[in-house]
Amino acid sequence: MGADVLVIGGGNAALCAALMAREAGASVLLLEAAPRELRGGNSAHTRNLRCMHDAPQDVLVDAYPEEEYWQDLLKVTGGKTNEALARLVIRASSTCRNWMQLHGVRFQPPLSGALHVARTNAFFMGGGKALVNAYYRSAERLGVRVRYQAPVQRIELDEGRFVAAWVGHERITAKTCVLAAGGFESNRDWLREAWGQNARGEWPADNFLIRGTRFNQGTLLRHLIDEHRADSIGDPTQAHMVAIDARAPLYDGGICTRIDCVSLGVVVNREARRFYDEGEDFWPKRYAIWGRLVAQQPGQIAWSVIDSKAVGRFMPPVFAGSQAATLPELAGQLGLDEATFMQTLNDYNAACQPGRFDHTVLDDCHTQGLTPVKSHWARRIDTPPFYGYALRPGVTFTYLGLRTDETTAVHFGGQPSANLFVAGEMMAGNVLGQGYTAGVGMSIGTAFGRIAGQRAAAAARHTEAAHA
Amino acid sequence: MLELQRLANEASALATGAPGTSPEAEVARVMQICNACRYCEGFCAVFPAMTRRLAFNPADAHYLANLCHNCGACLHACQYAPPHDFAVNVPRALARTRARTYAQHAWPAVLGRAYERNGLVLAVSLALALSLFLLMAVALNGGLGAAPGANFYAVFPHGLLVSLFAPVLGFAALSLGIGVHRFWRQATPVSSGQPLTGPAAREATGQALVLRYLDGGHGEGCHNDDDAWTHARRRCHHLTFYGFALCFAATSVATLYHYVLGWPAPYPWPSLPKLLGVVGGVSLALGTAGLGWLHLRRHPLHGDPAQRPMDLGFIALLLGTAVTGLALWLAAASPAMPWLLCLHLGCVLALFATMPCGKFGHGFYRLAALLRHAVEKRQPNPVGLGAD
Repeated sequence: MGADVLVIGGGNAALCAALMAREAGASVLLLEAAPRELRGGNSAHTRNLRCMHDAPQDVLVDAYPEEEYWQDLLKVTGGKTNEALARLVIRASSTCRNWMQLHGVRFQPPLSGALHVARTNAFFMGGGKALVNAYYRSAERLGVRVRYQAPVQRIELDEGRFVAAWVGHERITAKTCVLAAGGFESNRDWLREAWGQNARGEWPADNFLIRGTRFNQGTLLRHLIDEHRADSIGDPTQAHMVAIDARAPLYDGGICTRIDCVSLGVVVNREARRFYDEGEDFWPKRYAIWGRLVAQQPGQIAWSVIDSKAVGRFMPPVFAGSQAATLPELAGQLGLDEATFMQTLNDYNAACQPGRFDHTVLDDCHTQGLTPVKSHWARRIDTPPFYGYALRPGVTFTYLGLRTDETTAVHFGGQPSANLFVAGEMMAGNVLGQGYTAGVGMSIGTAFGRIAGQRAAAAARHTEAAHA
Repeated sequence: MLELQRLANEASALATGAPGTSPEAEVARVMQICNACRYCEGFCAVFPAMTRRLAFNPADAHYLANLCHNCGACLHACQYAPPHDFAVNVPRALARTRARTYAQHAWPAVLGRAYERNGLVLAVSLALALSLFLLMAVALNGGLGAAPGANFYAVFPHGLLVSLFAPVLGFAALSLGIGVHRFWRQATPVSSGQPLTGPAAREATGQALVLRYLDGGHGEGCHNDDDAWTHARRRCHHLTFYGFALCFAATSVATLYHYVLGWPAPYPWPSLPKLLGVVGGVSLALGTAGLGWLHLRRHPLHGDPAQRPMDLGFIALLLGTAVTGLALWLAAASPAMPWLLCLHLGCVLALFATMPCGKFGHGFYRLAALLRHAVEKRQPNPVGLGAD
């Protein structure tokens, strides 16, 4: 059951690695932990790829030059990034789409409700699951062997060289190996341990929802770091975290559970008090901070409250919100203290300054004399019916990963392995120290997945030559 | 954690819908999930139409259901498809609603129930029973032993055929016309209410004639067995549709020859009715054989399994009509002619008789929905998302 290149994982990065290695002439075996119908990891929930381009390209309008992309990444990560690796991703994103199309991925114009990323992001037709399906079809056509329900528990190394992987009691050898098995966000115990107990005595991670696959248990990540002492990077509490509908399923809620009306109203915590500027910036630039903001609130829960003026101005939510004819009635429905809730809402309404409301620009509707301030789109919440949506932190993927460089080699004590490579969420923390900007996860997975596949195939050839 | 589990259970109950909900309610449930996702917007007209709505009432559900071509693209691309808790299967929800469209708008109303009973066995039995009836009628008149080379009208006088087929076809046309008109009246207010314009009519007709929405949005086809694209369904449907159209044209030309020019059948080879009929018959036979084959290989999650018998019944009658028609042409001079003629006429009569309660109507309902969509999309979007 051996192969030149063993790919562990079954999402975008793993598939890119498998396809590149196969195209380079290597025999490839791909091990996916999930059954076929749940294959693809978090990639099945994605929708686009952030792409650098100097001129309009099919579905991408205008230009998105390298420097602007880099500045965007620098801003969202607060400088916690690696410029060389980030620029490598950015440049790769400008040329990878032809290759993706060769393997059956198709692109579509930006979705309605997502025109703000029409310039920067190329949308997969049908979304990430269609992309994953296309890659699997292409891989099978090219002769990549794929095994489902094959989770790898551990690997054997010989002084930093990959020797074999273990799936249950089965030992699978290969000349080289690419690790692309995702983050650890689905491992609730690990999340609990990483986030610990807060000053209120709560274990915040117990209240997190996981937006993606249940198969990202981080088994190999932990095995590599703890038992093989692989070099790691990143903070285990850092992740792509979004405030999502509290009623979302524990796993795989995906995109539809997000609540997009935050900037159109106010958000209160369990004590019925506001805690952050809901109108700080455009929602697409702020959605990724609200998961952490809610995680820091008591009970890790919050409620987005809007009135009927906001209806139809945001992506329709998947579940209907609580609806009430009066604000006190809404407080009752949400289980919030009515007196405090009314105080918060009355204070807010009184602080709203007259202005020209325009959700498409950073308008002049703001509050005055209120803490925290609402900087834009602050309109009085006064037109019934009123709506409330409960929010929970939703983890997309974690950033703790294996340290690597432009070769994607796994490092041990600063030394690169000759035949063990890493791609995707398992190393995204090299580029994303914190924060997120839409579509960059797929750019990282595609860029490093392709490099890892190429390197692994080359390393396998090298092994062959050495043994000949 | 307990609270979270409870919320998650609630979500799952909310999202999967209570058992026994109507197809229209299932469309509303599924569309609310889709409207919050929208990944499938590029595939077809259903999703752009969906984004113009925030709520999905039964009239919306019927309109969207008939826009759907059951290509399967959104099922294979769906992150919420089974085994996900949300169990989203857009093509199935819409197919089940289409069955309700046909039944609800059927005229007379009793035909609504006939849709449910229509199936392969019924279609074939009807064709055979009618053939048998015709054979007995011929036998009683001693016509089964007709001399080789006799013409069809020696078996059945022209006037008799007209008095038999014209009322059946006329009734089918009236019944379907009333049904589609009722659907149009239901769909119009929920699709902007604006009247049909020339450009909208041209666009929608063009889309129907080329089966635009079986191209997958990327032009590489739709799904049949699995998540791979194929042009097979579209091509077989074209062979079927255009084959049927040619056969219809052959009959129309022959009718003109008969009444206007006074040239009674049979027509020699080559002649316009023969050419149209033979080319159409071959095309129809190939197309329906292909569609039947593809139908048997369809992915089990596609469409509504309850309607498969109806689909196959329609395919069988078209195939039977084409094959017996061609056989009749080839064996016109043989002693088998009267037998084949009865079989052919039995198939055609069964086809006509089941038109108002079978798959035949789908094309008209779908064209009506496409026309309404072409009108609607030319109006400003009533849902203006701030982010845009």
